[in-house]
Amino acid sequence: MSNTNTVLASDGTSLKKSLAKSLRRQKIRALLLIAPLLFFVLLTFIAPIGDMLFRSVENNIVSDTLPRTVKVLSKWDSMSGQAPDEEVFEAFARDLKIAVKSKLHTKLGSRLNYEKTGISSLVRQTGRKVKKLDLDATPSFKDAFEKMNKKWMDPSVWQTIQQFSSKYTDGYFLAAADLTRTSEGIQKVDEDKKIYFKLFVRTLYMSLGITFMCILLGYPIAFLLATLPMRSSNVLMILVLLPFWTSLLVRTSAWKVLLQNQGVINDFLVWLGVIADGNRLELINNVTGTVIAMTHILLPFMILPLFSVMKTIPPTYMRAAKSMGANDFMAFRRVYFPQSIPGIGAGSILVFILAIGYYITPEIVGGTKGVFISNRIAYHISSSLNWGLGAALGAILLVVVLALYWLYDKFVGIDNVKLG
Amino acid sequence: MTTNNTDKDFVVFDHVQKSYDGENLVVKDLNLNISKGEFLTLLGPSGSGKTTCLMMLAGFETATNGDIRLDGSPINNIPPHKRGIGMVFQNYALFPHMTVGENLSFPLEVRKMGKSEREEKVKHALDMVQMGEFSGRRPSQLSGGQQQRIALARALVFNPQLVLMDEPLGALDKQLREHMQYEIKHLHENLGITVVYVTHDQSEALTMSDRVAVFEDGRIQQLSSPDDLYERPENSFVAQFIGENNKLVGQVASIKGKVASVKLDNGAKVDCLAVNCGKVGSRTTLSIRPERVSLGGTKSKNTTDAVVKELIYLGDHIRCRMEVHGNEEFIVKVPNSAGHKHLVKGEKTSVTWAKEDCRALDA
Amino acid sequence: MKIKTIMLGGAAFAMSATAALAEDMTIVSWGGAYTASQQAAYHDPYSAMTGVNIINDASSGEAVAKLRAMSEAGNVTWDVVDVVAADALRLCDEGLAMEIDADTQLADAPDGTKASVDFGDLMVNECFIPQIVYSTTFGYRKDLVGSTAPTSVCSVFDTAAYPGKRSLEKRPINNMEWALMCDGVAKSDVYDVLATDEGQARAFAKLDTIKGDVIWWSAGADTPQLLADGEVIMGSTYNGRLFALIEEQGQNVGMLWDGQVFDLDGWIIPAGLSDERKARALDYVYFATDTQRLADQAKYISYGPARKSSAPLVSKHATLGIDMAPHMPTDPNNAKNTLLYNYSFWADYRDDIDAKFQAWLAK
Repeated sequence: MSNTNTVLASDGTSLKKSLAKSLRRQKIRALLLIAPLLFFVLLTFIAPIGDMLFRSVENNIVSDTLPRTVKVLSKWDSMSGQAPDEEVFEAFARDLKIAVKSKLHTKLGSRLNYEKTGISSLVRQTGRKVKKLDLDATPSFKDAFEKMNKKWMDPSVWQTIQQFSSKYTDGYFLAAADLTRTSEGIQKVDEDKKIYFKLFVRTLYMSLGITFMCILLGYPIAFLLATLPMRSSNVLMILVLLPFWTSLLVRTSAWKVLLQNQGVINDFLVWLGVIADGNRLELINNVTGTVIAMTHILLPFMILPLFSVMKTIPPTYMRAAKSMGANDFMAFRRVYFPQSIPGIGAGSILVFILAIGYYITPEIVGGTKGVFISNRIAYHISSSLNWGLGAALGAILLVVVLALYWLYDKFVGIDNVKLG
Repeated sequence: MTTNNTDKDFVVFDHVQKSYDGENLVVKDLNLNISKGEFLTLLGPSGSGKTTCLMMLAGFETATNGDIRLDGSPINNIPPHKRGIGMVFQNYALFPHMTVGENLSFPLEVRKMGKSEREEKVKHALDMVQMGEFSGRRPSQLSGGQQQRIALARALVFNPQLVLMDEPLGALDKQLREHMQYEIKHLHENLGITVVYVTHDQSEALTMSDRVAVFEDGRIQQLSSPDDLYERPENSFVAQFIGENNKLVGQVASIKGKVASVKLDNGAKVDCLAVNCGKVGSRTTLSIRPERVSLGGTKSKNTTDAVVKELIYLGDHIRCRMEVHGNEEFIVKVPNSAGHKHLVKGEKTSVTWAKEDCRALDA
Repeated sequence: MKIKTIMLGGAAFAMSATAALAEDMTIVSWGGAYTASQQAAYHDPYSAMTGVNIINDASSGEAVAKLRAMSEAGNVTWDVVDVVAADALRLCDEGLAMEIDADTQLADAPDGTKASVDFGDLMVNECFIPQIVYSTTFGYRKDLVGSTAPTSVCSVFDTAAYPGKRSLEKRPINNMEWALMCDGVAKSDVYDVLATDEGQARAFAKLDTIKGDVIWWSAGADTPQLLADGEVIMGSTYNGRLFALIEEQGQNVGMLWDGQVFDLDGWIIPAGLSDERKARALDYVYFATDTQRLADQAKYISYGPARKSSAPLVSKHATLGIDMAPHMPTDPNNAKNTLLYNYSFWADYRDDIDAKFQAWLAK
């Protein structure tokens, strides 16, 4: 029976084998062709994302700088309400002395300061004093530390060290979700510090709003582009692409000049008498400003896919619909519009995903109510240096985008997206 | 009850002109009457204005000048969707996002027809084109011929009086095209509808039509039944455009009644039918169909010498290219009948034709 | 003759090019007018003296993040970096800046005073070499604040007397201090109060009273622009920006020195430079922070030199020709009611209060 299953090639090897052999060369050649791109993508895209995901949980600093302390501190009962005993302080003194020599203690202080305010300066000050401490001539390390700074007797300092002594932490993700780990387990942070959830939600609904505005404004333009004769549509296309050739900052700043209280639009409306001089419209430094400026910036990303899809819809469809008795609106709604939906899908995905990650424009025109989660990520990366939290926020944003993409695929179907 | 008159003048083009740029006329002074139930074909090379005429009738183009009337009333200012004209497009224009059934149901829906009535009509129309089982399919799942049938059914489903077809068979292969020609012809006969059909394929036009309007340069060159068109072309363009044609050029020497004597450029004289050759002394082109020329045979005034240049065997006949009166492209169709004359390349022989088969046309 | 000059010139150019390649130094600063003042006061004379070619990089705004990234990648391309003292503290904490011994590595004052004494308590940490004292303070539109110009920083919170928009920096630092001071907290108690949750809540409550009237800025150029456009009637920014707005551009803006917050800006040298680069960076810093050089910078921008010994040497503005001393934030007339940025407090509380500040803004 088995004999009949293997078909032999003319030289006696199995046909499957010789097929694989003949295809291997092609495969290797194809692989070589894409190798530069693959390498580039790995290096500049996959690797940074992997690094970001790793940073959002990585927490080596405590166990690396305080190896002895971490070991003995694990035995300490954090609920005792007492500072740990002499053994821990001795280990801590030895660890800290080494850390000070290699200037690692301040780094440790910065890390722990994210979790408990005040540890940064506590460690910095103590570091200076520990330098002078003679390890062999100290009768009581606990007393020595108490003398350096009374805060070392506060059990909550040691709770923090104990809590963040493992090599990996969920602390950044908790913080990114407005949660915190207390001695009573995971809890919501105080009302006056809740910010990230709100920003995530705001980012999502504002991005949706911007996407919707882009559809509303981009659709007629794309339609014109696709139906006008070549000459005029070329001119219009240049106008559509013009924003691409202007610096982002220049464009955004131009919106400032237009939209501000004493700006061009308000001046014009006052001059027309539409609004009173004392009652000028608030068009900038709020949600309106962000939506207007972002819609303008992202509009080409809606128009181009829409245009390329509309270009493939032959005008005979509309004629056919009309010949069957449909008026212009009916023919558009039942025949043209459904066929342009793949373009709307592609444009919307592009605009939405770009909008979610934008931060320069919201920073300039968004005021306080029009900023995105990305502004916070940028702040943590470049300003507060809390890269772990920035990475956790970024990872959550990535997951949210992927989830939305999955939902889109499930309900609309990603094969319904067409770029032309 | 429509009068006899409107039956005859169901569609009227009355001095219709069309220009796109205000400088050149694409359609020059078109006058055309189409009667009810007629199958009329607009035939012509591309750019001759035939499709523009069809589009003006459908309402997608407006006439620059003149009137178009449908069933007695002018339709120049009626938008296409109110004209009630069925139309089949070159590439079918089936809506890709709808099933076959939804495509057919569309014209009924916009007419606000009830659901059960719609379903019944769609089923009837699909059965009519033998596509009853395909109602749930998408157009992209059908072959070209099947799509063509659906397009036809969709144009007919709302019972239009007039159906326009714009090269509907252009995308099909030869065999299917011939088959569909008969089907369309049968549908036309069975339904009694009026069809205006545009094509550049002359055999299609001859096969299907009651009358054919040959277009060239924005004008109708000849409007007549297929047999008249072929056998009695009225000018050299039509003679050349329809079927195969042998051309001889000369000058009218004399006209006696219907017979003209023409002096060819090589000095020989030929008798022929004076159709459209002008007065004595004017230049003329003679048209002789290849199958009306015989080899050898009884001598007459039109018998002349011929040299065989090329022979092509085509089964039922042999195509023979000869030099006749100095024209090296003179074609003679020799029927492959029993005992026909066997020709050899380079052989000298003689050809002859009846003067009725030689038509003197415009130069 | 001509060719000879060209050849000589070319040779000289080639030599200078190779020399420059060997002796390039990248100095990072804030760009704009500030870098220009450093170019004139420090870079140009240093290059002339040593032949070192100085490359300016305007990245100070994100110096800490970039230095951390460079250090992680093991490729620090910067030689000397201009940062505010708070950033210097963070860089020092992170081990990204090298420690400096002021007395051996910096120049003595002309009278022999050691650098550590001359800079005094402005040397806020081991890595920081102070350069200037600047302040964050308020400017107001003279024509928009009514008849009585504001004289106290608390006018910012007085929307009854001064209705209209005001601009504040989009961060808690300075704003929280002003809020508490204007809510009745003594200047000396501000940071003790701000260290408590209640104190922070109190500051936010005070800021709440003007929240609807505030435009928040994040770039130093914002407030001068907002004042010039009449978008705000008063706003906080750096005193040098206001000097430029008032004295150089002649805008109708007044200076409110009351409640100004002193801050320091200076140099750090990145940790982990090669010995050769480190030596050159130290040589530059030694030159650029001596008494005369610091006084020179004040000719181009209205920031106070960080050395006590430089103050008497401050002269007139290089182009405007006006006396610079009265425009220094440290001038006794201007420094009647001032606050010094509390570096250690904000190092500890920055993340915590900033989280609350952002949550408060979003409310």
